[in-house]
Amino acid sequence: MQITILPEKKQLVLSGRRRVSDVLQELGYLPGTAMVIRGDELIPEGEMIEADDEIEVRSVISGG
Amino acid sequence: MKCTRCGGHAEVKLRQHNASFCRDCFVPFLHKQVERSIEKQKMMTREEAILVGVSGGKDSLALWDILIALGFETTGLHLSLGIGEYSDHSTEKTVAFAESRGLSLITVSLRDEGLAVEDAVVFTNRPACSACGTLKRYYFDRLAHDRGFPVVATGHNLDDEAARLLGNVLHWQMEYLSRQHPVLQPTHEKFVRKVKPLYRTTEFESAAYCFFRKIDYVIEECPNSIGVTQLVHKEVLNQLEAASPGSKLSFVQEFLKKAQPQLRARDTEPPRTCESCGMPSFANLCSRCRLVREVESKRARRAASGT
Repeated sequence: MQITILPEKKQLVLSGRRRVSDVLQELGYLPGTAMVIRGDELIPEGEMIEADDEIEVRSVISGG
Repeated sequence: MKCTRCGGHAEVKLRQHNASFCRDCFVPFLHKQVERSIEKQKMMTREEAILVGVSGGKDSLALWDILIALGFETTGLHLSLGIGEYSDHSTEKTVAFAESRGLSLITVSLRDEGLAVEDAVVFTNRPACSACGTLKRYYFDRLAHDRGFPVVATGHNLDDEAARLLGNVLHWQMEYLSRQHPVLQPTHEKFVRKVKPLYRTTEFESAAYCFFRKIDYVIEECPNSIGVTQLVHKEVLNQLEAASPGSKLSFVQEFLKKAQPQLRARDTEPPRTCESCGMPSFANLCSRCRLVREVESKRARRAASGT
C-alpha cells in the first residue's frame, strides 16, 4: 500500500493487507490521533487496508 | 464495522463513547453533542450575536459550521498573526470558507496593528505561543467589545482543555485552575463572555467533521508549535486514552464538576484598566501593551547598535 503522511508530506510503502490499527501503530500513531483516508472515505480502526490501496494518514493533533 | 445508530457502514469509531458512526449519523451526533454543551453550561442563546474566533484550522472552522447549523447568529473574527506562510495559508482558508458560505468575516492583520507574532519572537525572549496567546486574547476582547458582541466563541477542544488541565495540575497553578472553565463571565466592563462549545469534542471528532463536511482547513502545523509542552501533555493523555478510553473526557468533566466550583469561589482580584490602551489589565499596563513596549524598546536598541 502507498501511504501519504500529512502534515509532513512524507510518502512510504508498506507491503501486504493490513488492519488500520496495525498500520497506525507501525507508523507511531496512538489511537484517535490520526485519520486514515482512502479516496473519499475514512477507514475506522478495525477495518482492513488492501495491499494495492493508496491511503492518506492525516494527524489530527494541533499544538500551541 | 456497522454504525451504532442506523446499522450502515461506519467510518468513525469513537472509543470514548463505545460507538461507531456512518457519516450521515456522525454529523448530527456532533451537532447534538455541541448543542448539549452549550445548553448545559448556559454559554449563549440564539438571540445573541456571537463573535467566533476563526484561525483556519479544523477546530475553529468546525465550530463555526456547527454554530451556523444550530441556528446561532455568528460573525467570524480572523487574526492574521504574521507567522510567515503559515499565516497566509490560514487567512486564505478562512476567507475561502466564509466566502463559499456567504458568511460575515472580520479580518485583522496584527502586522497592520503594529505587532505581529514574529516581531515578538525576534525581539523578545518570550515563547512564541505565549506572545501569540497574549495578542489573540487582547484582540478578541477588544474587537468584541468595540463592535458590540456580548460573546466570543473559540474552538478549544477536549484535547486542548485536558492538556491545559494537566499542565495546570502538574504545577498546581491555582489562579489558572480557577479560570479554567468552558464559560468565562466578564469581570470588567470591557470584557465579554468567552465560551468554548467544543470542550467535550476531541480533535479527532472535529477533524472527521471537517472531512465529512468537506471543510478545507489548514493541515500544516504552526512552525512555532514544534516541541511545545502542550504537545507532550497531549501525548501523555492520548497514551492514557488508549489504555482507558474516556479518560480525557472524564478528567475534564470531573474537574469541572468537583474541583472547579470550589476554585472559582476563591476571592480573586478584579482587573484594573490599562494606562495605555484602556483595556482590562492586572498591572498598570496590560500584557499586550507591555509586549508592544518591550518590542519597541529592543527594536530601537538594535537599530541604534546596527545589529
